[in-house]
Amino acid sequence: MTPAATTGLGPLRGPGPGSAGRWAARISYYLPAVVVFAATIGAWEMAVRNIDLRGLPLPAPSAIASALIDNWSNGRWPLGKAASATLFEAIGGLAIGTSLGVVVALLTARFATAREVLLPLAIGASAVPIIAFAPLMNNWFGVLNPLSKMMIVAVLVFFPVVVNVTRGLTQVEPSALELMRSYAATEWTVLRTLRLPNALPYFFTALKIGTTLSLIGAIVGEYFGGTSDVLGRVVVQSASALRFDVSWAAIVLAALAGICLYLATAAIERAVIPWHASVRSLEP
Amino acid sequence: MVRPGGPAVEPAEHAGPGPASPGAAALVVRISGVDKTFVSDGARVTTALQGIDLDIRRGEFVSLIGPSGCGKSTLLRLIGDLVAPTAGRVTINDKPAARARRDREYGIVFQAPVLFDWRSVEDNVKLPLELMGYNAAQRTARAREMLELVELGEFLRHHPYQLSGGMQQRVAIARALCFEPSILLMDEPFGALDEMTRERMNQEVLRIWERTGITVVFVTHSIPEAVFLSSRVVVMSARPGRITDIVEVDLPRPRDVETREQRRYFELVTAVREALRRGGADSHEADAIEAGSGLAGGSIDRAAAEGGIG
Repeated sequence: MTPAATTGLGPLRGPGPGSAGRWAARISYYLPAVVVFAATIGAWEMAVRNIDLRGLPLPAPSAIASALIDNWSNGRWPLGKAASATLFEAIGGLAIGTSLGVVVALLTARFATAREVLLPLAIGASAVPIIAFAPLMNNWFGVLNPLSKMMIVAVLVFFPVVVNVTRGLTQVEPSALELMRSYAATEWTVLRTLRLPNALPYFFTALKIGTTLSLIGAIVGEYFGGTSDVLGRVVVQSASALRFDVSWAAIVLAALAGICLYLATAAIERAVIPWHASVRSLEP
Repeated sequence: MVRPGGPAVEPAEHAGPGPASPGAAALVVRISGVDKTFVSDGARVTTALQGIDLDIRRGEFVSLIGPSGCGKSTLLRLIGDLVAPTAGRVTINDKPAARARRDREYGIVFQAPVLFDWRSVEDNVKLPLELMGYNAAQRTARAREMLELVELGEFLRHHPYQLSGGMQQRVAIARALCFEPSILLMDEPFGALDEMTRERMNQEVLRIWERTGITVVFVTHSIPEAVFLSSRVVVMSARPGRITDIVEVDLPRPRDVETREQRRYFELVTAVREALRRGGADSHEADAIEAGSGLAGGSIDRAAAEGGIG
């Protein structure tokens, strides 16, 4: 954070003469979101403190925050350990599902037969509610093995990756293909120099969808059993012990993990495809 | 000279009236008895081209002009082996077109620049050189030489989206020329540009053509553009696409802004327009489909058929 950002409302004179305008633009870009977020938390806190919510066990944000800090590394629900275990499952599943999705997309983009066989399969897999797969995966890969949760995540992530990457590989400008043909380029060269770069923006779109899906998948998998030091189990167990502050803390951690994954993917995207219109127009 | 290995042909040779006594060896493109039919919906057969005969000499600048659906883009694609003829033969330097394509004899410029967004300007020009196995030093040298030629030497590191439409098309021209093809195929390359930019680009293309001596086949829907650029204007008619006339353009070279104000220039523009009329170009209200092109704008072609002097 620069001084311009921390002073909040007097940011127009930044540290460097050139960067002042840019920071001002950035702050006015992000300010509404920050204000709305802070106002929501504030309203929530005030509501819990001042209104009698006996029928609705909703802990105040401050209670959730202190539950988060108190249970981070010790107690019955070590939240830090649980969050990193769940994040590990999500990232592992994301990697497996994305890799499989890219392979299937490459096959479907290249071979008509693969398209006819694999795409219905992918559509079928995505049509099944994920909770139907969860007990199966626990059974197949071992309920205590994080791989069982990763496979649930992989099933969720797989479909958007297949659909988006296939589109990126096939929706190439016809004249670009004619150009490559005029160079007498091989199929492999066309893939390497045209189709794959063309598919990168589609790939990152799928990956960003996948990051949020991956935490859903991991936590759903955890609900169906497994080791206890994971966010899904913490939510179930703390709620049955009426420690809703801990449940909420676990939910907040899950959301934060999702946001971190998303931002990391977006950062990689900006680094890899700075030329793409979606990235160019992101920030002021 | 940009093409040290190529035959040093002075473009001025072709400025005079009439064919400059073409010997068989000087022919680059030879099209004989070419028909092209497309089958759509499994049954309906469209005759895009019928009975096309055309010879193009080395170093010539030939324009193909005609109404929508006359198959001028298809003819260009036949020359470049992007589509195959239904009947007849297309040879380039006495080789079948397919062989010429494998020998990388074609440089192509489309109406859209078709630059790769993920490559810098320099890397876009280097693309064909990479595919053709030039080493790194050659690639850099040639890409830079070509970008100097199109006066974009300052923009090596820019990305396509940072350039104007005219500049992007100049990059496409540099990319088409960098590997020294023997023939440059241009499919309405300036159709998407405004009139001012188009006239500047016309001048630019003539300068490049005069410096390189390359053979150019140029599809256009603009009569003034065709007359200003060409040694010969090939006039086509629609349904089925046929060559109805060939207008020799005997305007002196080098041509410049003043060429467009000469009496002879207007006479030739009129001659091409009348040739288009005779070919039935004004029957454009029928379904105007430029077969195989996908890029040609029907409304723009209509303007050409009506003979507007931009």
